[in-house]
Amino acid sequence: MSEDIGWKVGGKQGEGIDSTGDIYAVALHRMGYYVFTYRHFMSLIKGGHTNYKVRSSNQVLRHHGDLVHVLVAFDPTTIDYNWHELVDGAVVIYDTAEFEAKAPDTRNVNLCGVPLTELAKESGNSIMKNMVAIGASACIHELDVEALRPVIQEKFGKKGPAVVEQNMAALQRGFAYFEEHFTVRFPLPRLKEQIPATTHLYASGNQAVGFGALAGGCRFLSAYPITPATEIMYWAIAQFPRYGGVVVQAEDEIAAMNMAIGANFTGVRAMTSTSGPGFSLMMEALGLAGMSETPVVVVDVQRSGPSTGLPTKTEQSDLNEALYGTHGEIQRIVLTPRTVEECFLLTAEAFNLAERYQLPVIVLSDMYLGMSSQTINEFPLDQIHHDRGKLLQVADLEKMGANTYQRYNLDVADGISARALPGQKNGRHVALGNEHSAVGLEIEDMPTRRAQVAKRQRKLADFQHFTGVYQEGNEKASAVLIGFGSTWGVLEEARLVLENSGFYLKHIHFSRLAPFPVEAFQKAMQGVETALVVEQNSTGQLAELIQKEVGFHDRLHRCLRFDGDPFTLQEIIARSEQVFSLGVLH
Amino acid sequence: MSTMADFKAEKPTWCPGCGDFGVLNAMQKACVNLGLAPEQVVVVSGIGCSGKMSQHFGGYGVHSLHGRSLPTAQAVKLANRELTVFAAGGDGDGYGIGMGHFIHAMKRNIDMTYVVMDNHIYGLTTGQASPTSDVGHQTKTSPHGTIESPIAPLQLALAQNCGFVAQGFSGNLKQLISLIERAVTHKGFSLVNVFSPCVTFNKINTYDFYREHLVNLDEEAGYNTHDRLTALDRVVGASNLVTGVIYEDPTRLSFADELFGYPKQPLAQASLELSKENYAEILTSFQ
Repeated sequence: MSEDIGWKVGGKQGEGIDSTGDIYAVALHRMGYYVFTYRHFMSLIKGGHTNYKVRSSNQVLRHHGDLVHVLVAFDPTTIDYNWHELVDGAVVIYDTAEFEAKAPDTRNVNLCGVPLTELAKESGNSIMKNMVAIGASACIHELDVEALRPVIQEKFGKKGPAVVEQNMAALQRGFAYFEEHFTVRFPLPRLKEQIPATTHLYASGNQAVGFGALAGGCRFLSAYPITPATEIMYWAIAQFPRYGGVVVQAEDEIAAMNMAIGANFTGVRAMTSTSGPGFSLMMEALGLAGMSETPVVVVDVQRSGPSTGLPTKTEQSDLNEALYGTHGEIQRIVLTPRTVEECFLLTAEAFNLAERYQLPVIVLSDMYLGMSSQTINEFPLDQIHHDRGKLLQVADLEKMGANTYQRYNLDVADGISARALPGQKNGRHVALGNEHSAVGLEIEDMPTRRAQVAKRQRKLADFQHFTGVYQEGNEKASAVLIGFGSTWGVLEEARLVLENSGFYLKHIHFSRLAPFPVEAFQKAMQGVETALVVEQNSTGQLAELIQKEVGFHDRLHRCLRFDGDPFTLQEIIARSEQVFSLGVLH
Repeated sequence: MSTMADFKAEKPTWCPGCGDFGVLNAMQKACVNLGLAPEQVVVVSGIGCSGKMSQHFGGYGVHSLHGRSLPTAQAVKLANRELTVFAAGGDGDGYGIGMGHFIHAMKRNIDMTYVVMDNHIYGLTTGQASPTSDVGHQTKTSPHGTIESPIAPLQLALAQNCGFVAQGFSGNLKQLISLIERAVTHKGFSLVNVFSPCVTFNKINTYDFYREHLVNLDEEAGYNTHDRLTALDRVVGASNLVTGVIYEDPTRLSFADELFGYPKQPLAQASLELSKENYAEILTSFQ
């Protein structure tokens, strides 16, 4: 029995591929399985090729997996596109009414024609052919069709009991047909125990960012729709108003970012969420936040760039923009969550950091992390806390008296001067993007300029909040896999596979890249002779950052991918074997 | 009660005779007349001579980016609904680089007042053609005269169904004060476009020019400020050279009135905490 099962459905966009995948993934999740999904889609509404992968297991998954055991193909293209992922003896379910499937090579694959459309029609409507396919899949996985009923009820209940029953009938017809005609089975692994629903949650990185923001005290989101970040808006629109928060759909990302700055200036924790093209539009305002020392949180769910790039594909290529973007020089914090749980936690923490240091905090997610729904155990709610930094209260300002408050007071060792909020007496000031005096008036004299630049630079000089450097595997290993953000899962899985085959290595991963955690990283690198930096871009932005911050030029090798698809386990293992094959590793 | 002194800040750096002095005075006087406390007023400005307004006005302020005063100001108001919020800018700031935000601010209709110091020229960059420069105006960037049809802010505002549209003149302080008071009192987005002459770089649209050409609709008995079509007719007919309250619709609901779930107390004063029950409710959606 396999440890986990890969299932995929594919077809033309607009054929209901997404909802088919969703229904199946949620159903398996509700039964108690751990699922990890991956959506491959194109920037169009009808046609093209789209597919939805669901990997299921009886333990937590951190990657969508390389392999497919069951492929539901609504068109021949699906077979051509996904053939290479099929395991030996895999099942391909295809609609006999649509085409006759052909095997592109001599590999052992079971082509199982099922009259999907016909069986759907018999159940009441040809549109339910995806339900027939799910029924057939349930047979292959040896699942009870009735176990899918709660999800079907939830999805179609609004349309009335008749529609629910038709869909259930379609599932049963698919199951029965497959049972009668084919003997191949890929049973799902046995569930170890019954897990309570409260510690078995289904979430995407985008939803976790929305939840993290709300938990972190954010009550204002201004954003402009953009793939793959829009789900953050959806989540916030559904949830924020229930807890006293608002969401504004801005006219563009420039407005979205300036609104987030305006709301933060007024004292509300506010953020904006976007992807590459929108992030580029926010660069000038990012500088305003830095210069005016206004807290703000920006979430960039990266996609393939530059320009419009591959708008529905993943990449980690905005790192340099996050680190260096905007003209002039500002202080900033850049966080790169590794997992759905960290999307939650680091987004929440971003608000504390933004207020404590009075600067922009950028959370760099990506499409793979943002849009892949998966089963997690729980959100780390117990780690949520709120720290508003140097924020004056009405009573503080009353004590200070009139005309004494200085918003950009230079006499602060840590560089952080106290904030006052509009509405507070004696706190009157102007936040501004011009260089300014201690009271916040624009200046052009050189000593003040030098003093204010130095003040702002002091803010992050001694950043000790959390290292953001994680280490897994054998501490003493001389070979290391290095990554940041969403590649955590695939790198951990690769490390475990390599470890099982006798490779002696460790895995270092970043969830904070600015300020760069020099000390912690140097410590983790002790004894390392060969490092493979794995990142989803074409120039090796993380490798270059490491070289700039700490060196190790002779020891860094690169593993890059920039075609829009997330890393496969196999390519990381193959590249590791190549790079680490110097004999020192066994 | 507040006085003019409470709303004074740094001594303005505008050229002597600049129309913007009148606008600053009118904003300060209107706030005094309305009984506002300086800490309850926020002025968000963009960039340009007009952008200095936030530093010259004695309330809270943001001297934001070129063209971006409106998004910033709208968020300030949403974040604390008890504040009185102004955006202040010029014709280049608001009708050039920030034009998209202007149209959308009228569409969104958040309760705030937008004061535009319209001098038909780029002043701080020393005299280039602006979005409202008249056809034929010779400037450093239009040595042969401008050839583009100028932006007509009042006509755009009327087309976009802005709930309060007014136009004033720096040379008529009494009227300007009253226009700003009425704009602040209006519940929704208000536009006050002000002819604010640039005495240094615009020798065409001068105080004398405006005194000669402006038609004051406030003084016209029988002018109906609630009739949008008449308003448009008069504005077009006078080649935009009118002053007064051009149009108002007190019945239009503001963004805050319509926004689902928008709390009555200011967002800025709300607790950051979620209760155990809140968390339990949210977690259910992830099951």
